[in-house]
Amino acid sequence: MNDLNMKSLEAKVVVLGSQGVGKTSVVIRYVGGMFSKAVSPTIGASFFTYKLTLEQYRVKLQVWDTAGQERFRSMAPMYYRKANAAMLVYDITSLESFYDIKDWVKELKKNVDTPIVLCLLGNKSDLDSGRKVSKEDAAEYASSINALFYETSALKNTGIEDAFLQVSKQLIHLYETVPNSGMGSLISQQPPDMFAGSQALKLPDRQEPGQQQTSESNCAC
Amino acid sequence: MATEIREAEQNASVSDSDSGQSDFIETNEIPGKSSNTLLVANDSFEDLSYAELNNTIVASPMGTINSLVKKKAKRSLSLPEREHVEDTVSESEVDDSEVETSEICDDSQVDMIEARVTELSLQETTSQTADAQIPHLMTNTDTDYVNSPEWKRQKKHIFILSESGKPIYSRHGNEDKLVTIMGVMQALVSFVADSNKDTLRSIVAGDHKFVFMTRDHLTFVGVTRGKESTQQMFLQLTYMYNQVISILTHSTLTRIFKQHRNYDLRRPLSGAEKFFDNLLNLMDVEPGLLLTSVRCLPLDSNVRDIVSQTIAQHAKVKDLVFALIIAQNQLVAVVRMKKYYLHPMDLHLILNLINASESFKAAESWTPICLPKFDAAGFLQAHVSYLDEECQTCLLLLSVDIEAFYTLSECKAKIQERLIKYNALAAINNSLKRNSYSIQQCSISDLRHFLYKSRSTAQYTSPELEAPYNTKEEKERLFGLYYYLHDRIHTSGRTLKILFHVGAYETLLGWVTTGFELYAVFGPLVTKMSAIHAVNKLLRWIKKEEDRLFILSSVTF
Ligand SMILES: Nc1nc2c(ncn2[C@@H]2O[C@H](COP(=O)(O)OP(=O)(O)O)[C@@H](O)[C@H]2O)c(=O)[nH]1
Ligand SMILES: [Mg+2]
Repeated sequence: MNDLNMKSLEAKVVVLGSQGVGKTSVVIRYVGGMFSKAVSPTIGASFFTYKLTLEQYRVKLQVWDTAGQERFRSMAPMYYRKANAAMLVYDITSLESFYDIKDWVKELKKNVDTPIVLCLLGNKSDLDSGRKVSKEDAAEYASSINALFYETSALKNTGIEDAFLQVSKQLIHLYETVPNSGMGSLISQQPPDMFAGSQALKLPDRQEPGQQQTSESNCAC
Repeated sequence: MATEIREAEQNASVSDSDSGQSDFIETNEIPGKSSNTLLVANDSFEDLSYAELNNTIVASPMGTINSLVKKKAKRSLSLPEREHVEDTVSESEVDDSEVETSEICDDSQVDMIEARVTELSLQETTSQTADAQIPHLMTNTDTDYVNSPEWKRQKKHIFILSESGKPIYSRHGNEDKLVTIMGVMQALVSFVADSNKDTLRSIVAGDHKFVFMTRDHLTFVGVTRGKESTQQMFLQLTYMYNQVISILTHSTLTRIFKQHRNYDLRRPLSGAEKFFDNLLNLMDVEPGLLLTSVRCLPLDSNVRDIVSQTIAQHAKVKDLVFALIIAQNQLVAVVRMKKYYLHPMDLHLILNLINASESFKAAESWTPICLPKFDAAGFLQAHVSYLDEECQTCLLLLSVDIEAFYTLSECKAKIQERLIKYNALAAINNSLKRNSYSIQQCSISDLRHFLYKSRSTAQYTSPELEAPYNTKEEKERLFGLYYYLHDRIHTSGRTLKILFHVGAYETLLGWVTTGFELYAVFGPLVTKMSAIHAVNKLLRWIKKEEDRLFILSSVTF
């Protein structure tokens, strides 16, 4: 394919879910192609980028892997408010972690009012003998919230590639159909200039923080 | 008056002599001295007192971070874009010169945390199952462990408990299994407080020393069989307190307990246990915590200049307060915002954060951190990344702007690119490989090891630990000697300037002046005069090497 016909797309993906479900492992498997049993709990949030080519698009995913620990919970809005897609990860051997997803979805519904691609991931599918969440229940729930659904294993590397690929497809669809999706096109982006002040450097966000604040206070009235 | 139960000190075998100052200084230039402040250097070990506990930490609206954020808000007012102005500050406030912003980042963050905490505590009181969420696996072996002789034999125990006696942290063993013992400790503290209107500081029982510190509804207890003095244990407990603040902020901590006296603090602290563990481990191997000073990575001063200048040039962004590079617990460079300084105690919390989290090695990270000496009321946001493949050289960019990640990420990329281009990263790696320096290099016979702190810069230097101090036991014993010497010099009532101590296996010389603190360890047969002669030679050697061993210039953005 001719390079000139390629379009570029930059999108933010946030990964949410309880501590220990395998968020970091899934992201590292996808971005870095590895799995480590001794992965260390995320502090704050980690930032990964991944580039792929899909349907005439060069897609750059900016993936925010958030920490599941209680003390970082209050930081989550900072990441999901600007996200174009959210990966909701639970552990198929933990019912609790599946219920937590419902809380996340409630929270997203309340705080996000622009289109966002949702994808439910039931991770640790290699641990089928300890399964507590049935595939059917999860799939049913996923369709009820209009989310994609995959069972994945970061250990066995199953489902992860597919999930990110489908999410990327939906992101492209979103980009083409919703004019103000907030996703950046790499081509139109200004070359960053260190001394032009911080405004010029900001990558396109789905919402400006200021607008967020006002829309919130409007709701409260 | 404080309750202090003490056994008689047994010092029969000790022969000490102390002398007045300066008769012995042969050099009039203090090694590692600099008037360019980089780190806060004005408070010393002696200042650390129980009186300090009653001084409440400055309330949040006056905090440093808040004032920086206000400045930021003012700046945004002067931006041409009207819309932005209206978004950040409500119109009625625009006229005021001292703009009160309600949507500034740290406040809104604190509010979010507060809302969250309130929510949680409600959950806790309404739902019985809440406790099950705390990820602590309780097994029989846990119970067995805290009753085992092994648990009792641990050299040092550190406990944190709430005012109501709820266990929060224990260095050894699951704190859940220590409800009874923590209850007893809290009862002791409360009894002394209630009945005598007094503060329980320490109890000495046999070869165990119990040290207590109550602060912001928390009780910190240290129990040791080691060489640490009460004051030194108190310092360690202060570091633990600072670590709690670093995770929660002082504002959140006090707010939590104001609302719910019975709150289980393990919930917001869950996942942070490793920071407490690691900090306590650091205290056993890193003299910088005792000396409230930091060690710099030995580096040619022109290389260090390149590093600092590169950072200053490529991280020139608004709201960035500190930028620093650290490698293996040593400071490589610090660049700071004008008027703001980093406190060594805060720096140790940063070192501990990096030291204890493998997660930063996987990707660029963005995490809140409160530096209690800088501002206990709010969080700074830290951009954390490693600059080299081996993940040894770590760059930290600390900002008050919660939205600054992408900007700082670009700064990081530029800094990294330049440092590679100028071979500075390679120089740092080489220095790390070379292992600091050997005592041999000072070529002073019979001098085995030393700690030298330059007081004006809050930095210290010391050689590698070599034979005979290369086994775990001997290292520990050497540390014990330093604790002993440090304590004798600082807390013996009269402040000693020079202390000469002949021990069974080595002779110690401690020397404190307004400019430096020196703790030197000699072979057992050295005489007082030759030891003094030797340390003068050592001072001259350090002076000669000072550009490499210390950061003597202070770079600002
Ligand atoms: N068996 C299995 N273990 C996994 C899988 N993914 C993650 N883990 C393990 O689950 C634990 C938590 O993983 P981590 O990625 O840190 O979870 P996070 O807290 O959600 O980021 C680690 O011990 C991982 O090795 C998986 O697909 N299968
Ligand atoms: Mg993680």
